Amino acid sequence: MTCIVPLMVPMFVSGVSPGEGAAQALPTPTTRPFWDAAAEGRLAVQQCGSCETHFFYPRIACPSCGSREVSWVDVSGRATLLSYVINHLPAPGFEAVGPHVIAIVQLEEGPTMMTNIIGSDAVPDQLVIDMPLQVAFEDRRGQVVPVFAPREGHAA
Amino acid sequence: MSRPVAAIAGAAETSLGRLPAMSELDLHVDAALLALADAGLSLDDVDGITSAVHNPVEIAHALGVRPTWFDGTSVGGTSFLVHVRHAAAAIAAGQAEVVLVLHGESRRSVVGRHPRPMPADGMLGQFELPFGVYGPPTMFTLPYLRYAHETGTTLEQLASVPARQSEWSHGNPRAARPSLASVDEVLASTPIAWPFTKLMCCMVSDGGGGLVVTSAERARELRRTPVYLWGSGEAADSPLVSQMPDLTRAETFERSATAAFTEARISHNDVDHLMVYDAFAHVPLYGLEALGFVGRGEAGAFVADGNTAPGGHLPMNTNGGGLRYTHTGMYGMFAIQEAVRQLRGEAFAQVPDVDVSVVQGVGHFFSEAATLVLSNREVSA
Repeated sequence: MTCIVPLMVPMFVSGVSPGEGAAQALPTPTTRPFWDAAAEGRLAVQQCGSCETHFFYPRIACPSCGSREVSWVDVSGRATLLSYVINHLPAPGFEAVGPHVIAIVQLEEGPTMMTNIIGSDAVPDQLVIDMPLQVAFEDRRGQVVPVFAPREGHAA
Repeated sequence: MSRPVAAIAGAAETSLGRLPAMSELDLHVDAALLALADAGLSLDDVDGITSAVHNPVEIAHALGVRPTWFDGTSVGGTSFLVHVRHAAAAIAAGQAEVVLVLHGESRRSVVGRHPRPMPADGMLGQFELPFGVYGPPTMFTLPYLRYAHETGTTLEQLASVPARQSEWSHGNPRAARPSLASVDEVLASTPIAWPFTKLMCCMVSDGGGGLVVTSAERARELRRTPVYLWGSGEAADSPLVSQMPDLTRAETFERSATAAFTEARISHNDVDHLMVYDAFAHVPLYGLEALGFVGRGEAGAFVADGNTAPGGHLPMNTNGGGLRYTHTGMYGMFAIQEAVRQLRGEAFAQVPDVDVSVVQGVGHFFSEAATLVLSNREVSA
C-alpha cells in the first residue's frame, strides 16, 4: 500500500501503529508548534530570520548563527531516504507491529529527522537509499507523528 | 613530544560476566581496590577520583576516600578515556597526584543500577523514541546503510569485523564469546536491526575496571611498568544520531584523534596496536577511516583481509572487543585495560613489541569521542 499525501491536505494514514506503552512525545513550549502542525497535517520546522537556515529540532535560537529571530514555516514534505534499519527488536508498544523501518530522512529544505517509512514492505529491495519520499501523518493513540512514504512514481 | 606528565601506574578489571552479587557501587569499589593493589598504593595515596553515570563522590565515600579532585563527566562509553585525559591535566596543574579512574556497571544483572533517564520532553524523547528506536542496537546502527551505500562496503566485510576479532579472543577464559566465529555464522545469527545481526552487536555483561593515574615521576617509583600518556583528545557533536552531520564519517573521532596524535607527535607508522571501541561491527570501520589508517571506503576490505587480525600489521581490538570479550554498556574502560596489558606484555593474545598503542573511544552514537596515545616508553625513539 502506498500512501501519498498531497501537501496541506491532512490525510491520516495507518502505518506502523504501535500500541499501548509506546513512547510518545511530551512537547515543551518551544517544540509545541511542531506537534500542533503535525496534528493539522502540516510539517513545520524553524527558519532563521537572520541567516535563513532551516533547522530541526526546535530551539530558541538558530544553531548556525545564534540569532534569536526564528520563525516556524511549513515545508514541502519532500525528503530523501538517507539511511535506515529494519528493526526486529521491538521497543515497548511495538511488539505487535512486526519488523518495521526506522529511518533518517533529509528534507528538501535541509534538516534531517528520524521517522518511520510506510507504504512499502519492510524489505531491503523496497528501500533504496536516496529514494524520494513524501511526508504523511499517522495518528498514534492521539498523537500525530510525521512518517514518510515513497513518493508517487518513485516506489522501488 | 614533550616529556609526558602523567602515566597509568595501576590497572585492573573485576570479574566479568554475570555478577548478581555485586551492585554497581560494589563493582566500582572492587575495581578501585584491585587497581590500587596493582599499583602498590593504598587508599591514603588517593586524592582524585572519577566515575561516569554514578556520582564520583558516592564512589569515593563507599571506598573510604576523601578526594580533593573529582570528575563525573558522563559521556557514554568513552567517559573513562576523557577521565584519563582530565586527570592528566589535573596532575599537570598540580591539582591532583593520584587519581582513580573507575567503572562499574551491572548491565546484565541490573543490581544497584543507576537509572539512565530518557525523558519524554527531551529531544530524544520527542523526536526519536516515538519511532520505535530501542536503545543502542537500533540507534547506533542507523547510519551504517548510508556508509555502505556510499563506500560499497559489503555485508560480508561488515561481518568480518566480529569474525576477525574472534581470532583474538579465541580460547580466552575471560571472554564472553570465546569461540571462533565465521563470517557465515555472523551473517546467520538472529536479526536485530537489519543489516545487523546479533553477532554484529556487543554482548551485555556485568563488570568493572580501575586505573591509577599519577605523575610520570611518581609512576616510575612504583612496582609496575608505567604506561605513559603521550597525547589525548576529546570531541563532541550531535547527541542525536538523526542529527549527525555526516552519517558516513565518525567526525568526532577525526577531531579527537588529530588532537591526540598532534600532542603525542606521532604518525600512523608509529602505532603498534589499536583499540577502536566496537559496540557494533561498523564502528571499527568508521574508526579506521576517521583515524586515517586507511582511506575512505577501504576499511571493510582492510579488516576482511586480516590486516587487523593476529599476524596482521595493525593489530586491533586484541581482547576481542565489545563484540567478543565483554561489554558492560560503557566499554571504554576495557579498551584502555587491553592497551595497558599489551604495553606491559601481559595480554592473553600478546602482540610482540608493542610500544605505542592508540585507544579510540566513542560515546553514545558517534556523539562523543576521545583518543589516548599510550606508550611504555617515556619518550619516542
